[in-house]
Amino acid sequence: MARHKRSIPELYAAARSGERRALGRLLTLVERGGAGADQISELAHPDAGRAHIVGITGAPGAGKSTLVGQLVTDLVAAGRNPAVLAVDPSSPLTGGAILGDRIRMDDAAEPGSGKATAFVRSMATRGHSGGLALAVPLAVRVFDAVGYDPVIIETVGVGQVEVDVVGAADTAVVVMTPGTGDAVQANKAGLLEVADLFVVNKADRPGANDVRRDLDLMLDLSHMTGQESETGYRPPIIMASALHGDGSGDVWDAVEAHLTHLDEADLRAVRRRHRIRTEVRARLEQAMAAAAETAMNSERGSQWLDQAERTEIAPTHATNQLLDVLLSDPEEH
Amino acid sequence: MTDTSATDEAPEQLRVILAKLGLDGHDRGIKVVARILRDAGMEVIYLGLRQTTDSIVAAAEQEDADAIGLSMHNAGHMTLAPAMVKAVDEADLGTPVIVGGIVPEDDIQPLLDAGVAAVLGPGTSAEGVAQAVRDAVAAANA
Repeated sequence: MARHKRSIPELYAAARSGERRALGRLLTLVERGGAGADQISELAHPDAGRAHIVGITGAPGAGKSTLVGQLVTDLVAAGRNPAVLAVDPSSPLTGGAILGDRIRMDDAAEPGSGKATAFVRSMATRGHSGGLALAVPLAVRVFDAVGYDPVIIETVGVGQVEVDVVGAADTAVVVMTPGTGDAVQANKAGLLEVADLFVVNKADRPGANDVRRDLDLMLDLSHMTGQESETGYRPPIIMASALHGDGSGDVWDAVEAHLTHLDEADLRAVRRRHRIRTEVRARLEQAMAAAAETAMNSERGSQWLDQAERTEIAPTHATNQLLDVLLSDPEEH
Repeated sequence: MTDTSATDEAPEQLRVILAKLGLDGHDRGIKVVARILRDAGMEVIYLGLRQTTDSIVAAAEQEDADAIGLSMHNAGHMTLAPAMVKAVDEADLGTPVIVGGIVPEDDIQPLLDAGVAAVLGPGTSAEGVAQAVRDAVAAANA
């Protein structure tokens, strides 16, 4: 039988009333982008804004999915209604992807004996990182709007977009493991600077305390150089062994404590503002990139390009001319 | 034009669930198939071992899967594959179920009669596997 063709408002209403299939379909449309995604955004916007958004990132194999599986199992048992967005890379060559995060979340995703379960959605980066920057915030907004709280985003912390996505959460968790480098690695900028709390996973393995010490040292230096937040919040370091279920309770306690800190220091609105700015900037950049492509393919644009290709004019000159085309002709977008 | 979006819609991307149903630990084949479908440009949601019809239906709903691929190497296919088709029907998903693995020639037609969309035995080419998935999805959406 053919899949039901329901309109976006029908799907949204069904998802709001708890129908998972409708939510699954909406998320597919979110990923496809375009006018459909915009319509979903308009619908979800008034209903969103309540969920605690938690980003979890770290190197491949650090144990993020296993940890998330533990966390959501605990959350469901505590009567919460968590959703997970698990992001994995697509092949840049074929556009295909193997999304394997669910197998680490068996207890969370598997409906055993009719008990409530988390909603877990796998998302591929689909080659163009810009798409991820658009799809993730909207998917999170949809989860939020239909009543999921908290919403957990899991990404491999390898690209700027992935780091941005996690950094735009209310609480950003960075998962580290022993045996992946020394204090110099810990001082490399980027991933670690967005962390609101650190998890040293696989803490039963040798070297876990070294990782803890290196992170502590890094945080001491942040304090000395004045990088520490003005409110005096210092990211805690939680030791865990997610596979054995150790420490996941401590991790969630620290996540909650960070949210309390945000509320007490009046910083939650600051995070939200940052998140919205990040999303709008990403959407604008995507739109501008599309506009640039259109300008290059336009009649006037290709004339300038041709001249540049024949080396009659410098590429900088062609660019400036194209910029004129782009800015003077908004109808062309 | 009502299209006020700043960006265009991406083309539809096939999303396929791959799972082993029940007690069957032979997962070399399904991992090869996952790689084949990935290289054919599909998104594979890999559930791995020891799944139930309920867990696969739940995943298919949440992931909005276009197809479900089952790998079977323990002679349980005549029981498990029709049970999977029934569970998908009961959930009103309309998702095609494709079986791969060791299925004796005589069992293929009964499985198809039970609603399995395709049965892929040993020796099926990579392109044959990918095409069978595309055909099953096209037939289900027709």
